[in-house]
This record gives sequence, structure tokens and C-alpha cells, in this order.
Amino acid sequence: MALRMMKYAMPEQDPKVRAHNFDEVALGYDEETAIAEASRCLTCPNPRCIKGCPVQVDIPGFIAKMKTGDFAEAIKVIKKSNALPAVCGRVCPQEHQCEKYCVMGIKGEPVGIGRLERFAADYDLASGNETKPIEYAADASKVAVVGSGPAGLSAAGELARRGYKVTIFEALHKAGGVLSYGIPEFRLPKEKVVQVEIENLKKLGVKIALNTVIGKLYTIDELIDEEGFGAVFVATGAGLPSFMHIPGENLNGVYSANEFLTRCNLMKAYRFPTYQTPIKAGKVVAVVGGGNVAMDAARTSLRLGAEQVYIVYRRSEKELPARLEEIQHAKAEGIDFKLLVNPVEVIGDDSGNVKQLRCIKMQLGEPDASGRRRPVPIENSEFNIDVDTVIIAIGQGPNPLVQSTTPDMQTNKRGNIMADDSTGKTTKPGVFAGGDIVTGAATVILAMGAGKKAAEAIDKYLKNKKH
Amino acid sequence: MYKILKKVLLSPSVWLYDIEAPRIAKKAEPGQFLIVRTDEEGERIPLTIADFDRQKGYVSIVFQEIGAGTELLGKLNEGDYILDVVAPLGKKTHIEPGMGTVVCIGGGIGVAPIYPIARGMHQAGNKVISIMGAKNKDILILEKEMRAVSDEVLITTDDGSCGIKGFVTTALQQIIDRSEKIDEVIAIGPVVMMRSVVEATRPYKIKTVVSLNPIMVDGTGMCGGCRVQVGDEIKFACVDGPEFDGHLVDFKGLMSRQRMYKDAEKEETNHVCKLSKIKGAI
Repeated sequence: MALRMMKYAMPEQDPKVRAHNFDEVALGYDEETAIAEASRCLTCPNPRCIKGCPVQVDIPGFIAKMKTGDFAEAIKVIKKSNALPAVCGRVCPQEHQCEKYCVMGIKGEPVGIGRLERFAADYDLASGNETKPIEYAADASKVAVVGSGPAGLSAAGELARRGYKVTIFEALHKAGGVLSYGIPEFRLPKEKVVQVEIENLKKLGVKIALNTVIGKLYTIDELIDEEGFGAVFVATGAGLPSFMHIPGENLNGVYSANEFLTRCNLMKAYRFPTYQTPIKAGKVVAVVGGGNVAMDAARTSLRLGAEQVYIVYRRSEKELPARLEEIQHAKAEGIDFKLLVNPVEVIGDDSGNVKQLRCIKMQLGEPDASGRRRPVPIENSEFNIDVDTVIIAIGQGPNPLVQSTTPDMQTNKRGNIMADDSTGKTTKPGVFAGGDIVTGAATVILAMGAGKKAAEAIDKYLKNKKH
Repeated sequence: MYKILKKVLLSPSVWLYDIEAPRIAKKAEPGQFLIVRTDEEGERIPLTIADFDRQKGYVSIVFQEIGAGTELLGKLNEGDYILDVVAPLGKKTHIEPGMGTVVCIGGGIGVAPIYPIARGMHQAGNKVISIMGAKNKDILILEKEMRAVSDEVLITTDDGSCGIKGFVTTALQQIIDRSEKIDEVIAIGPVVMMRSVVEATRPYKIKTVVSLNPIMVDGTGMCGGCRVQVGDEIKFACVDGPEFDGHLVDFKGLMSRQRMYKDAEKEETNHVCKLSKIKGAI
């Protein structure tokens, strides 16, 4: 049989229908398609795909099991390296990671590694396999993990498997970090996927202390000196929203994407008034930015009833940092991309509500420090767009709560914690850090990779301390 | 889950709850706030910590039933549990010995959060003059408590049913006019009241601290919903405040943002199913 060069399509909800509901857009393969897609893998003797995976999942290994329909074994192979496969299979930007290196991608489309990982993980979740609790040694050390996002969850899982008693401290009332408050339901189902993965971690023996703000309720020093934790892993993420500092930014109807998405995802404002948290979605929405957060906010606005949604991005289509699939989904749902455009002012009406967004046209100049061509305003090209809601999604910085109460842990000038790349070691003994709090806003899987590395380093550190 | 140890009606629709939370009580300081969520469908409501007892391990909140969220909270009884309590949030009030004469102003239920501040100022050896304002004498709260931690207490009521007839600024002006040196004024209450206090002290260049109450979601600095313009900067009230130099605060912007969900609140209050469900259960 001739080798199929293109990926098997994944069934999706119809764009016209899905633009008005919060159900998952991508529906996942069925068994038959999963086996067929797996069979496109050439099982390279020197697999390049693994290099592209930040946690080095044995990709040909799990795909080999899938080719024979042995999904239960496939997920075991994945779980050796990845604590949250149902999440990663859905939200990883595979085109920049594993699939970028797939040999099949040279002449055709790469193997749908993410889709296969997702299938195996969903198959496992549906099978209802009970996670067995860890049997702890009598003298098992305690490790504290600050933050229950992808980095924290991955470190906690790895540490528990290595026999440590782990407590995760989470500031919000629900665990998951960006998986719970940021990435919307239609991309990552909360009850079906995120909460189940977290419950599994708890079944393993990991404790999660919710409503606990480290830096306020406990300092890092108190965790070590008073609460008896042998080591601490700080994974507090990049949760501090950036604003544009343009006139009118405090008008009613201007949201940070963090606030907009938190209201919708964590507080379930889309089910107001059954849920009490309100949201003001607006009829015409401009989302400023071009990353995944911007796509999520734009597509959420649509589902909350907006009639017209713009993405306003200062560079061109090629530079959009969002995941390719999400850009395609956004376009199919009718999001209007205004590229090479930058806002200069939010204009309000007499009662302080957003009325218009004043923008300027941009052109690309010389490459900047990041290697991307710098957007430069075109003089006298200002124009107004009529909008009633503006969502700012231009990035997030590190929340300073932990750092400001831990003076002997060094940060860089951006406020990120300084930590060793391969171990997550900070300048404070016994304290490790990883994920967005170290790198700045990045991807779920990079955060998970950092969590895993730090867990190995913490294991080494605590074993040395004992001897 | 956080147990309600005591529930007291302070004035019509104004409740005081003592909530069991030993760790929070150990760490709380005057000026800080907490966030409560009553149940799974509830919203996160920021409330100033009205009191705390480190020995007995509880914190107190005082709140008025003004919307669906606070009404639901008000339905709980002694022995019931609040699903989520997050604290202590925000920066503590700057309190130290040798600050001199401090005027602590509480308007309406703002008396509750000003109380631990007045107590802290008093314990630090400062002279505390407290002004308590209310619409009428029936809704005055915590008078006895305030007297115990103040060198002098002035009460004002809008209708003159108790103390000075007028607003808290009437009493403040009296203190200013008797040429007593005032080193700092701290005002907590409705935004219009805080703005009036700020305007009353501005000509005299008296340092004036206000505790702002914008709309909040997380209370930990991750959303910026509570942002306010202070001088040339955008500040997040939940982490940079809630206390700010009143002379720099953009009160107009703050009041406008507080109105953002007025329509939604109306819809929610008219939406009867949830409340009737609760009433039916009692």
C-alpha cells in the first residue's frame, strides 16, 4: 500500500455551530483512524521527533504500540515521560516541537503525534484505570511545590513517584494554573480532562492546599524552617498581565486577557447567572495581540455572543506566535485579523464605556534583538475601529509575590527567578524553580519539562542531604 | 472549608462573622483583606479583614447584603462553612510609633476595617482621633470598640440623630479648625466619602490615606480588574494597595469602573431561582 503523505483529518465541530458553544472543537480520532495515522510512522532507527519533545516522550515506542491497537501499552510508554498527556496532546504547538522534526514532514505532512498522544490519553481516561497510591517510606521527605500549573503538577507527579511526600500550594480555589483559568473549555475540557488528571495525581498521594498564597500565608522560609519541607519548587508562572499604557486603558470594557479568561473559564461567567460572576462580552470586540492567549480571548468573545471580533496585531501573519491550528480555527469561526496594526488609544463615551479603538498602521523594519522584524508605525495612518470591548493580550510577566518575600533568591531585571537550566536550582539552597516564572511566558510542555528536571535535581539534593 | 464561629447582626443587613482560620489569623495585619467564595457557583468577594485574634485563631468580616453574592453569604449560620477563604491579601497599613496624631475615619460599614487600624495606631502609642459616620444612629456600628482604642471619638449622622449632624467631613473640618496638628488621616468608606475627605485635607496638605474597593477577581495581581490610576501610574489595588495616597487617586475613574457590572447585578438579583432554592431549604 502506498504511504499516505497527509495526516488523517481529525473530526471537528462545524465552525458555524461551535462558534456559539463552549464544547470542545477538535473531537479526536476514533480507534480505526488512530491506528491508520500511527501506521504512517516509519519507526526511524534514529528518531528525530523525540528531540523536538521537551520531555522526550518515546514517540516511536508509543506509536509502535498504537499501530497494533495496544492503546493501554501506548499510554504506559507516554506516561514514563509525560504526566499530563491528555493536556499536551491538545495544547502543545507540535508544529514547533515533535512534528517539526518528523521525517514524513519533509515531503508531506508529519505524523499527527499530538493527536495520537491525545487519543491514547483519552482512551486511558475513559478506561477508568485506578491510579494506585504510592507507598511511602516511614522517613519520606516532604517537598513543597508552589503553584499547581503544568510545571508544578509535573514536578509533583515525578517527586511522588520517587517517594516524596508532596504538597502543592495553590493561590486560587482550583488547581491547574493556566489549564484551569486560561485555556478555554473548547480547547481543553476542564471536568473531562484537567480535573481528572489532577485527581489522578491526588490518588497517587500528592496533597493540594488550595486558597494558599505563598508570600502571604506562608513565606518560602516558613515552609522550610517551620513546616518541615526539605525542598521547595517554585512554579508560580507568568500571571501578571501587561497593559499597553495608552490613554483610555482604564475605561469600562477594557480587560486584560487574564481577567477575561479567568472570569469565563475559572468562574464560569459564561453560565451567568447560574454562576454568580458576571462578564461584559460586548457586541464588537477587539483583542490586542497575536499569541494563543489572544486567540483564546477572541474565540471566547465569539462564544459569549459577540457579532464581530477583531484580532489586532502589530506584526504580519507570518509572525503570529499562536499555535497554527488555533489560528486556522479562529479564521474558520470568522475572527477578523487586522494585521500590521497597533492601538494608540481607547476612546470612551460620556459614561466611561469603550466606544472606539484608535489604531495606527505598521510596517516591518529591521530585525530586533529577538530576530523578528520590528514593527514601525506608519506616520499619519491613524484610524478608528468602532468597538465596545477591548481585550489586551500582549503578554504576562512574573508575579512578584514570592520573590519579594524571599530576598535571598535572586531574580533578573525582568523579575524572573534565576535558575539553572538543567536543574532548576536557584541561588537559595533547597529552593528550585521552573516554568514561566523562570523563562517568561512559554508553553505548557516546556513548563512540564522544567518541572520534571527540577524533580530529578530535588531528588539528588535530598539524597545528598541525608548522607 | 472555613467554619463560621459567630454571627452577629450589627445593623439592618450588616453582619459580623468570626471565621475559623488559625493560619490566616496568625498572619493578618491591619489594612489587609480576604476573599470569600460561598459555594461552588459563587463569585469571589473581597472583604477587608475587620478583626483577627491570633490566640483564638479566627478572623472577622463585616459585610452588608447588597447583592446576590453577599445575600447568599448572609444566609449562612453559625456552624456553617464558607467554601473558600483566601487571605491575607494586600499590603498592611503603615503603622509605627511616633507617627503623632492620626485621624481614623470610618463611614458606614467602613468603621469595621478602620477598627484594627485605629487599634494598631493606638497600641503603637499614637494619638488616635476617630470619626464614625452613619446615615442615622440605628446603623452606627462598633461604637464601643472604637472608643476603647481611640483618644477621642466624634460621631456624625446625616440626620443628626446622634452626635454631629452632617458628614464625616463636618467633624474633620472641626478638628482642622481647632488648629490641632494632624499628622495623618486614614479614611475608609464609600468612594464618595473618601473623595470628600481627600478634598477636605488637600488645601492643608495633610497626608491622607484611603483604602480602595474596586471590583476584584483573584486578588493576587493576576488580572488587573482592580486597577486604579494613582498619580501617573496604573496600580493594582489588590497587590499595590488597597491603601493609597488619597491625593493621587483618580476617584472619577474608580467610580466609573465600579459601575461596570451594574446591569448584570440587577439581572442577577432579579434572577430568583438560586435564592428561592436556598430559602426553601431553610
